[in-house]
Amino acid sequence: MTTVSMTVNGKAVSAEAAPDTLLSDFIRESLALTGTHVGCDTSQCGACVVMVDGSSIKSCSILVVQAEGAKVTTIEGLASDGELHPMQKAFHENHALQCGFCTPGMMISAIDLVNKNPDLSEADIRHGLEGNICRCTGYHNIVKAVQAAAAEMKG
Amino acid sequence: MSNFQYMRASALDEAAAKVKGAEDGAVLAGGMTLLPSIKLGLSSPSDLVDLGGIGDLAGITSAGGSVTIGAMTCHADVANSGDVPPALAAMASGIGDRQVRNRGTIGGSIANNDPAADYPAACLALGATINTDQRSIAADDFFTGLFETALNDGEIITSVSFPTPDKAAYQKFTSPASRFALVGVFVAAGSDGVRVAVTGCGQGGVYRDADLESALAASFSADALADKSVSSDNLLSDIHAAADYRAHLIVEMTKRAVAACG
Amino acid sequence: MPDGNATGIGASVPRKEDRRFITGKGNYTDDINRPNQTYAYFLRSDIAHATLNGVDTSAAEKAGGVVAVFTGADLAAAEVGGVPCGWALTFQNGDPMKEPGHPILAQGKVRHVGDPIAVVIAESRKQAKAAAAEIKVNLSDLPVVVDMTKAIEGGQSVHDEAEDNICFDWAIGDKAEVDAVFEGADHVTSIDIVNNRLIPNSMEPRVAIGDFEDSTGDYTLYTTTQNPHVIRLLMGAFVLKIPEHKLRVVSPDVGGGFGSKIFHYAEEAMVTWASAQINRPVKWTSDRSEAFMSDAHGRDHVTKASLALDKDGKFIGLKEETLANMGGYLSTFGPAIPTYMHSVLMAGVYTTPVIYSNIIAVFTNTVPVDAYRGAGRPEATYIIERLVDRAAREMGISQVELRRKNFIPEDAFPYQTPVALAYDSGNYNATLDTALKNGDVDGFDARKAESAKNGRLRGIGYSTYVEACGAAPSAVAGALGARAGLYECANVRVHPTGSVTVFTGSHSHGQGHETAFAQLVSEKLGMHTENIEIVHGDTEKIPFGMGTFGSRSLAVGGSAIDKALDKIIDKSRKIVSHILEAGEGDIKFADGNFTVAGTDKTMAFGEVALAAYVPHNYPLEELEPGLEETAFYDPTNFTYPAGCHVCEVEVDPTTGVTEVVKFTAADDPGTVVNPMIVEGQVHGGIAQGIGQALLEGCSYDDNGQLLTGSYMDYTMPRADNLPNYVVSTESTACTHNPLGVKGCGEVGAIGSPPAVINAIVDALSDLGVTDVAMPATPQTVWRAIQAAK
Repeated sequence: MTTVSMTVNGKAVSAEAAPDTLLSDFIRESLALTGTHVGCDTSQCGACVVMVDGSSIKSCSILVVQAEGAKVTTIEGLASDGELHPMQKAFHENHALQCGFCTPGMMISAIDLVNKNPDLSEADIRHGLEGNICRCTGYHNIVKAVQAAAAEMKG
Repeated sequence: MSNFQYMRASALDEAAAKVKGAEDGAVLAGGMTLLPSIKLGLSSPSDLVDLGGIGDLAGITSAGGSVTIGAMTCHADVANSGDVPPALAAMASGIGDRQVRNRGTIGGSIANNDPAADYPAACLALGATINTDQRSIAADDFFTGLFETALNDGEIITSVSFPTPDKAAYQKFTSPASRFALVGVFVAAGSDGVRVAVTGCGQGGVYRDADLESALAASFSADALADKSVSSDNLLSDIHAAADYRAHLIVEMTKRAVAACG
Repeated sequence: MPDGNATGIGASVPRKEDRRFITGKGNYTDDINRPNQTYAYFLRSDIAHATLNGVDTSAAEKAGGVVAVFTGADLAAAEVGGVPCGWALTFQNGDPMKEPGHPILAQGKVRHVGDPIAVVIAESRKQAKAAAAEIKVNLSDLPVVVDMTKAIEGGQSVHDEAEDNICFDWAIGDKAEVDAVFEGADHVTSIDIVNNRLIPNSMEPRVAIGDFEDSTGDYTLYTTTQNPHVIRLLMGAFVLKIPEHKLRVVSPDVGGGFGSKIFHYAEEAMVTWASAQINRPVKWTSDRSEAFMSDAHGRDHVTKASLALDKDGKFIGLKEETLANMGGYLSTFGPAIPTYMHSVLMAGVYTTPVIYSNIIAVFTNTVPVDAYRGAGRPEATYIIERLVDRAAREMGISQVELRRKNFIPEDAFPYQTPVALAYDSGNYNATLDTALKNGDVDGFDARKAESAKNGRLRGIGYSTYVEACGAAPSAVAGALGARAGLYECANVRVHPTGSVTVFTGSHSHGQGHETAFAQLVSEKLGMHTENIEIVHGDTEKIPFGMGTFGSRSLAVGGSAIDKALDKIIDKSRKIVSHILEAGEGDIKFADGNFTVAGTDKTMAFGEVALAAYVPHNYPLEELEPGLEETAFYDPTNFTYPAGCHVCEVEVDPTTGVTEVVKFTAADDPGTVVNPMIVEGQVHGGIAQGIGQALLEGCSYDDNGQLLTGSYMDYTMPRADNLPNYVVSTESTACTHNPLGVKGCGEVGAIGSPPAVINAIVDALSDLGVTDVAMPATPQTVWRAIQAAK
């Protein structure tokens, strides 16, 4: 076991972890932040996507020890003081979620996408979300939501 | 996950020594292939040596008609770089998905030499040089077989240098499920002549197609390939594409790459 | 209290359930951890068919962290039952179907890759998995049957009870009569169809936690199911013999089901039983790789079908012979899917007077097959609509004209089909007209010419479908072999200050019941949905329930809520009558207020509620205090959503890549409660339908190894595979349920696959291509083009 320390959703955290612990397991089990989901074991589905140092990554595909010292944002850290992030608001208003399982990873990927390119075409959004699988929505409303959020995030 | 020792190296020689000293050491770069492999039990190294803490392994520098990409440079940084040949940036922007591009590295990709990876084709076609902590290796000598390279035990890639081509383009026919290349063809024309590298197809991994190269050397146009076909012998075959379909796509993707060279 | 009108029927109310999902506060089963919990890992067969000679667990038992190891022999010794089948079919001669046992852990043989052999329970998941590798399994390989035709033509028996691998050979319709019609037909169109096997792939893998409390003898099972009461009944009564009052099944937030979480699975029984053996909670979380080989698969029919027409293009007869794969064991509703959810739909939207459907259900060494979104009806629609498309091409009649000519006309409802079902309402021309208009079908030729300039072949395909959902009249279902009733239950609890909690048996796992059901209450009681809570997914809270499947939640579960609300209003009227001293007949209820005709006397619903719980001025001699009512609703018929889907594709003829460039759906889901949710349901269904048509196909090799065992090989539709959809509704009300609703959960998956494939056939028709198999992957399309050259 080694001690790992990082900042998660703005708070410094420190915990013991075996070196083979995945960041996703650490978040779900050690930090009890169960909003990050695990939907596959081949790094394809994207349900586990979190933000690490400003970039979206699949938390099932990195070791927690690799995130030592990192700034991590999970779904629980998107809203601030009860105020929803524009992406959360847009997902709600555009009915971009059904069962909600893929939603946390999907939104964090979308935020990363918009942060790095606020002027997204529909094709850019669809390509940019290829690492996140949704089985419920058929993506139509997700694309709409990302467009709406992008407009708001641009301000 | 298997039990392994983890070590975050702060310097290259430390990393190399650690890998060499381990019973079954592995270098951890972005981990986009290695960690999923360990998770599924396909790989079980005794020691993982993380290069993530060695600062000078990442970054892109250009000088004297060539660009050098640090081994730990992630695909997203290559995709967004104005310093690398546009064909290389475009290729990097199509690797895996957004999250893979944010983590996966050029060094990791070519050291792994997955037969369906994109970077090996770019290296071969552009005539890249793979620089390690011990030497420099020409791409033509580097990729030696499926998941096999010329790297010695414990030898670590530090950077890859790409000469600037006159023209280059990559065309990828994506495997619908995995998003790896079912067929990927990188075409480049430069001081070295015309080079056509094919990934996703060869039973021995990435390779150059001499026949397509000579046709294009004679006339660098898609029309030069109008009646060309390649043999399906020695090509991979799976549920998404049998060898004959791959053979067809190789020619088609080559044509499209040539057309994209403008 | 805010006005209720804004959140009643017909309003696109944003979903109440969203907040917890978008903030990471959902409560999925894997998010639950019980004190002192252990972890289960299933050792599964990696070969498809073998005799199980023995299992040596001694090394595993000694491995670090291991609490217990169980095998099929342990379960047999404890007289644990097998997984029951919920629907009994018969052979044509009336003999019962072959119903071999389905043990919780393999006994005697393994029958598919993924068949569980042993379970290890340990202090951690990692330890359980590591210990499982220490188990020595002694297997003797048997020949493997994967292909259904080979299975019934002398293939190795999967079960001794069904030597020829035929589970049942069942038929509906008069074969001789239909054959005679075909003899005299002016034109016969025939087709060979494969409805490809699909893997449901809800994004949340299955999870089950068994939690036995020694001090009370109470069992709790937390599980990812669409129908907790059904699991309690099946597992309690048939597998573990636990009476209902000692068994609680909790199904919290569930991350999608699509049918695959209807069924009672072995893992649920295993963790529940094991928890009592070790007197600690036992948790199992499926890996995705495990899900691929243990969640029931869908579809997998191989069909020969023909349509007989007269010289004018009127359909005069239809017949099909279908082999339906059951897999290695019978799943809960496996036998019902290709029969009572399929053959009875073979009339489609047409007046075809005689129909014969013969279904042979086949055991193979593959994962069990059961309902997946649409369940039997997509298969039927695909057969019919491919036949109609081909007949139109062969006879030189336009796709639209041939369909219109054969539609059941608007004035013919109720319409008795020749295959048992009687459709209550519909207007097939209306949905067709809307789809033609919204899809700008008139502009297709210009778009095709434009595509051609870019070297793309553009095609257009149609599908006009009807389906049956809202299962079902229990008496009818029972007569057809169902081993359960198919009503639904609702309890409406009005609280003293007038807010409402509804307890429903219809589980929500993405469908938005917490909003749509609240809208029913809002509409009826005139209160805002924020004062209404919908509770589901816990047998301890809900009186009873049959659960969510077959697009039945609103039609059956919603109707039960409506009936309970009627009782609430009836009782309220009695209370108002007493307090306002007015005759019950003079009391009107609207917009949340009771008024007395001809007076200015009024009483708000909230005041009535308070009076019911503070019965100071109350007719206690005649009426009990309190305001809470329960209703069970058993429908008198299925509901029949219908519609028209029009698809346009562009095919790149050099690579075979097909892109859906335009998709238009006009559906009739009956009364629309929440248009936003209906659209979302249709979008999702279409995506799965396009998935079946273009991308998804489960593939086994001859040894029964799953070639599509992960997302590396099984193609899930992603954002960049799909277009935006143009969807709309053209509703006719259901005539036999109080809400007029039909259903919308499956229409997208039912209507869309033939529209996509017909569009590809259209695009390639100039090249001489007449058929393309699903999934129409680039390689498949390219081969079809090469074969036509």
